[in-house]
Amino acid sequence: MNFDLVVVGGGPAGMAAALEAYNNGIKSIAIVERDVEPGGILQQCIHNGFGLHVFKEELTGPEYAQRFINMTEDTEIKYFLDTIVLDIAQDKTLTVMNSKQGIFELKAKAIVLAMGCRERTRSGIGIAGDRPSGVFTAGAAQRYINIEGQMVGKKVIILGSGDIGMIMARRIVLEGGEVIAVVARSSFPKGLTRNVVQCLDHYNIPMWYSHNIVGIYGKERVEKVVVAECDKKTKAVIPGTEKEYACDTVLLSVGLIPENELSRQVGIKIDRKTSGPVVTESMETSMEGVFACGNVVHVHDLVDFVTEESRKAGRNAAKYIKGEITKNSQPNVFKVTGGLSYAVPHMFRPENLDDKFDILMRVDRVFGKCYLVITEDGKELGRYKKPFLTPGEMIKLTVPSSIFNGMEGREIGITVEPEEEK
Amino acid sequence: MECIEKKLVCVSCPMGCRLTVTVCGDDIKVTGNTCKRGEVYGKNEVTDPRRMICSTARIEGGVHPVVPVKTDKPIPEKLKFKCMDVINALNLKSPVVAGDVVAANILDTDVNIVVTRNM
Amino acid sequence: MYDIAIIGAGVIGAAIARELSRYQLKLIVVDKGNDVCAGTSKANSSIVHAGYDPEPGTLMAKLNSQGNPMFDKLCKELSVPFNRCGSFVVAFTDEQVETLKVLLERGKKNGIPGLEIVDVKKLLEKEPAASPEAKAALYAPTAGVVDPMLLTTALMENAVMNGADYKLNYKVESIDKTESGYKINSASGPVEAKCVINAAGVYSDIIHNMIAAPDFSITPKIGQYFLLDKSENDKIQSVLFPCPDKNGKGILVARSVHGNVILGPTSDVDQDRDDTGTTDEALNRVRQGCSKLVPTITTRNCIRNFAGMRAEPSTGDFIIREVKDAPKFIDVAGIKSPGLSAAPAIALYVVDLVKNCGIKLEAKKDFNPIVKRTIFMELSPDEQAALVKKDPRYGRIICRCERITEGEIVDEIHRPIPAVTLDAIKRRCRPGMGRCQGGFCGPKVHEILARELGCEWKDIVLDKKGSYILTGKTK
Repeated sequence: MNFDLVVVGGGPAGMAAALEAYNNGIKSIAIVERDVEPGGILQQCIHNGFGLHVFKEELTGPEYAQRFINMTEDTEIKYFLDTIVLDIAQDKTLTVMNSKQGIFELKAKAIVLAMGCRERTRSGIGIAGDRPSGVFTAGAAQRYINIEGQMVGKKVIILGSGDIGMIMARRIVLEGGEVIAVVARSSFPKGLTRNVVQCLDHYNIPMWYSHNIVGIYGKERVEKVVVAECDKKTKAVIPGTEKEYACDTVLLSVGLIPENELSRQVGIKIDRKTSGPVVTESMETSMEGVFACGNVVHVHDLVDFVTEESRKAGRNAAKYIKGEITKNSQPNVFKVTGGLSYAVPHMFRPENLDDKFDILMRVDRVFGKCYLVITEDGKELGRYKKPFLTPGEMIKLTVPSSIFNGMEGREIGITVEPEEEK
Repeated sequence: MECIEKKLVCVSCPMGCRLTVTVCGDDIKVTGNTCKRGEVYGKNEVTDPRRMICSTARIEGGVHPVVPVKTDKPIPEKLKFKCMDVINALNLKSPVVAGDVVAANILDTDVNIVVTRNM
Repeated sequence: MYDIAIIGAGVIGAAIARELSRYQLKLIVVDKGNDVCAGTSKANSSIVHAGYDPEPGTLMAKLNSQGNPMFDKLCKELSVPFNRCGSFVVAFTDEQVETLKVLLERGKKNGIPGLEIVDVKKLLEKEPAASPEAKAALYAPTAGVVDPMLLTTALMENAVMNGADYKLNYKVESIDKTESGYKINSASGPVEAKCVINAAGVYSDIIHNMIAAPDFSITPKIGQYFLLDKSENDKIQSVLFPCPDKNGKGILVARSVHGNVILGPTSDVDQDRDDTGTTDEALNRVRQGCSKLVPTITTRNCIRNFAGMRAEPSTGDFIIREVKDAPKFIDVAGIKSPGLSAAPAIALYVVDLVKNCGIKLEAKKDFNPIVKRTIFMELSPDEQAALVKKDPRYGRIICRCERITEGEIVDEIHRPIPAVTLDAIKRRCRPGMGRCQGGFCGPKVHEILARELGCEWKDIVLDKKGSYILTGKTK
């Protein structure tokens, strides 16, 4: 089968990219989705808080997904559901498989990768002890509770102050379970402050900052965990502070990792910091005509930003198919320092930018009042005041593209400059 | 007059504005907000705190055994677990469409329970 | 009344059962676990050793050297992945180079083919990531890696296909001598047999002591491991050992038969024979040991830590014999490393013991040595297409990391030894063995199990009895 555009993944990123390409004149589009329905992980995120930017109202995950599903249903975009991509060849032929059609090929002029992310596991963080049942990643517990209607435990402790962990703490309490605490290695929340308030504070669930679960014990089912205090700076466990807590369930919300098995298989260049593809201002990867967006590129906090980024990828995939992306100049490359851990896109050509240029970034520590400063060869191009920056909240910096006028092949520095104490 | 100052984080949107609510008798002032919703949230939090409740309800004949539901507007804070009792007692039948009211004016609050996806 | 009862469904019990199922015997295997391969056999280094390590003249030396060459045919018959990848013992000091020479001599005496001491250049040619600080290495081309869980399961399946019975959740409480043989007692009823084979792993001394005076003991030793993501496997092609010392073969770096990297084990005395816990301290020792062999190795891409128990015999050698005061009661005890490598030869050795103690062995005419198992991703594209057409469930990927289809999972639930727990499925066909560790596929495998077994979700356990996953419906 031949398509102009094939989108891998039918979650919010994939649907938004496909719709945007469609609205930019590309009518021959296929979305390949591994689940039996589109919507991706949003279908299990039944809490509210989605859509304030994109729809100007507060929706739940399934509602947000439903809007996009409804929009794609009004188009000729073709879904291949319950279908997995086995391979992508250099000529952009995708080998896919499902139970109805078996193994078959989709030939594409352009591809958008939107496979999302997966959760870090217990072994990814190395907790000692036994291997009983009752240890779940927060997302797996979320699926059991919200989709399958099955309860994961009665007395729960949660490791990690990411959003899913906090949201699941509230869910468990609402479903009649008890949550002992959310244990956070860091001295600040990794998730949104809003979730600390509405998921934990409002339900009297304590957050133990600068603590870690150092052991999980139980022969069959979890029986207890050992929690210890950590040094605020080094995060090393402070010996002698270990305390035991009886519980039957441990949820882990210890980070998300972009799922780039397919990208790696194809040989797409991956950024070690984001664990996602290196992308240009057009969200194009190192493989020409292959674009990427959403959590497969870098883990977002807000689906609204995923949608925006994916629209950009879809729009540019359409441009690419129509031969409208120029690559005559050397791209400028971002170099982040001073507490920034990454910036997306990784590189850009000013001639492909709109008037405004969104740069998405994350800091690796908490900052109070500060400036984001953009420089080129020591020359300041822009300075943007920020009241507060935390690793848990992605920074979306919108700058006028004109500050980069005429630049080519340069290294553009971005750094955080704390405001002088007065 | 004695004024009480309360520090809050607005949860109206993911921005997480850090609010200061100053209560001087009947006069309530909110600062630190970046939009009107923040002001409303700050005032409500000290007078009549309300919460959105999102959960699931049993459904027969759907692709899954439960369907997601929510309160269509925030419900008084003290009623949140009573609200869960109402949701847990529901027995829905497929098909339902996102937005369908499946329990109206629950606990006499003028709040409805609606489903949030088609199933 | 059975002719033979085997206690223990690990790789040893299973190999013996399969060998005995060639004969016209009434045969049963019992195990205290709720699945076969629930003890030492599921948590080890998965190496088929060449056989230079054991002292010449020991049973270990004899059975390792006999067992190793049997793996090609055995694994082919049973559809078990096996890779004869070779191994290196790496020496860093002159003293260790001397040890290599000792091992080489031992190997020659044990009849191990192809052994040679190679210089560091040759080592680095084959293993470019090995430490350039190495002085020399003993290369053993016949060493290999196998999937011990699938091997054990397939051996048991084959025995059952050929008429053997088995009972799981069968914890032996006591054994009585009867007129015609033995009565094995357990909470789930007795089993009577003329001949009993004790292949109870770390419990083999306890089983022995139920029927005879103690004349050996088992010291349980725990070994802890890292299993790394396949993305790390550019750093190792085969198996690298340090020079052995008094504590054993040491901490190795190996590429598993499925392409993951295995680091470990430690070897520490542990009084709890069922312990499978890991500790930071021991895992740090593994890290240190491995980085000496392969300096660039990192545990950042660890997908699982695990620990296994091994049975250290007080005699220093395998204990395989008819018990003196208990005729037709055969101990197969103290089977530590190289037990897996020796397993096929141990089985033949035990068959001889059975014959010699007076059990008549008459070959079955219809013995079928073949176990077939479909690994979808290893089929040719044409075979895959044909299979999906025949059974659409093979077209649905459940485990995206390891690319396991619904067809393979359903098959495991309905095979001669059904997989009825999440981990049993994982041990056989690997969903959850990948980098997401079942985060995505766990609930899906759970659903398939409940559907195929016709039970409630909450009745499905993770692994052992009592390892429930869910507490019931939310509403």
